[in-house]
Amino acid sequence: MQTYDLEANGLRGLNSALHAQSETTNQTEWNIVNPKGSHAIAVGLNAPIEVTVNGSTGYYCAGMNQQATVNVKGSVGPGVAENMMSGTVVVEGDASQYAGATGHGGLLVIKGNASSRCGISMKGIDIVVHGNIGHMSAFMAQAGNLVVCGDAGDALGDSLYEARLFVRGSVKSLGADCIEKEMRPEHIEILKDLLERAGADAKPEEFKRYGSARQLYNFDVDNAQSY
Amino acid sequence: MCGIVGLFLKDKALEPQLGALLTDMLITMTDRGPDSAGIAIYGGNENDGEAKLTVQSDNADADLQTLAADLGTAIDAKVSMTRNDSHAVLSLPAEKANAARAAVRELRPGMRVMSDGDTIEIYKEVGLPKDVAARFDISSMAGTHGIGHTRMATESAVTTEGAHPFSTGADQCLVHNGSLSNHNSLRRKLQREGVRIESMNDTEVGAAYLTWKMREGASLGEALESSLNDLDGFFTFVVGTKDGFGVVRDPIACKPAVMAETDQYVAFGSEYRALVNLPGIEDAKVWEPEPATVYFWNH
Repeated sequence: MQTYDLEANGLRGLNSALHAQSETTNQTEWNIVNPKGSHAIAVGLNAPIEVTVNGSTGYYCAGMNQQATVNVKGSVGPGVAENMMSGTVVVEGDASQYAGATGHGGLLVIKGNASSRCGISMKGIDIVVHGNIGHMSAFMAQAGNLVVCGDAGDALGDSLYEARLFVRGSVKSLGADCIEKEMRPEHIEILKDLLERAGADAKPEEFKRYGSARQLYNFDVDNAQSY
Repeated sequence: MCGIVGLFLKDKALEPQLGALLTDMLITMTDRGPDSAGIAIYGGNENDGEAKLTVQSDNADADLQTLAADLGTAIDAKVSMTRNDSHAVLSLPAEKANAARAAVRELRPGMRVMSDGDTIEIYKEVGLPKDVAARFDISSMAGTHGIGHTRMATESAVTTEGAHPFSTGADQCLVHNGSLSNHNSLRRKLQREGVRIESMNDTEVGAAYLTWKMREGASLGEALESSLNDLDGFFTFVVGTKDGFGVVRDPIACKPAVMAETDQYVAFGSEYRALVNLPGIEDAKVWEPEPATVYFWNH
């Protein structure tokens, strides 16, 4: 295992070392100590490596991730796993705003709560939050699944496209064009798989599904107030 | 951007270290605001019945030389002065505080009154946070609680009067991360109401708004609640009072905020980075304050 002291050796050295790893690297396990809330830790990875961050991070941890697995043994600041393409990011604590924003693929697991704008403009990423999420989550979400084992804040799924939203607890309010939808067998299957992979102790049957009413796709003057 | 730090001590044993802890937090937030920095520190005041006036001048040598004596004559009271670089703290009988504020303005038109009250002192200047902190030797200051700000200017020029904290009344201050979009119309309205506003800065309007609300009878908590309706724009506010501090974020809450609480303190940072060197932070309860919610801690 490679251990990297972020406080002693700096961020640029860390990210260059991680970027230097290839598909066939032998250095598959990385342990980062003393993150101390630093920004942009383990950003832009593209190799099947496993990175553990021992502590809390600042902005944009594990952004643009491909292939790698990043575990954060703490909480993360804004924009964790932003624009993730593939791989897995697991946060043991809470996540600040816009977790998983614009993500195209991979799995983001937040074991605590996520704050506002979780999964904003998501484009295929799967996000599983064990706790609650804040307001304006999944705003303009286009594809992928957002699973919330707790409650959702105001304006969930505003201007939603085709992402699926699953919430076990209460939803404070739904955003424009977001509605509750029927939970069909294929949704139970998707949810069962995601909950299992995210290590979440919840039954798929306890969730409700929300999706787009598809009324805002094309401009209609009668909907002018909702755009 | 802008960075905010705040520290409210529950454990008296930490009081001698308040300035040092806040300085470290403030310097960590330099990336968020390298233009100017300021700090409001609530220190003890052994002399009952005495008020402190913190004043500042760009021409401190000339303005401060005979200020204590001149002010003493003007308000007919004993005034003592402790100078700290471009700032000075004037101690005088509490009942003369308002008269002293007016007299300073009269005697030294170029001076600024940063704060008045029993325990508050405000120090702020243009420059990197580390230079501002060193200039006033903030790290040697003791106190019960304090608030610091690093500024990245958006709504008005980089000047001393544009730096935070802003005084909102006796022993009260405000710092702000964000930008207010209705500050021009609100400034005109408040000026018509007779509220003093000295700069073109948006945050000063926010501070003046709170002062006005409280003059109309609102408590600080109520004034903060109504700011959620009347102020348009983005804000995370941290306010200081004689015995406590409060936090409020606008309903959109895009300006960051992290809080930490232990048995020893309650701390605020724009980012978690600002809190990492606090004692016992590993075991602190750390959370993000909810939008449109007023938080308050009191001694």
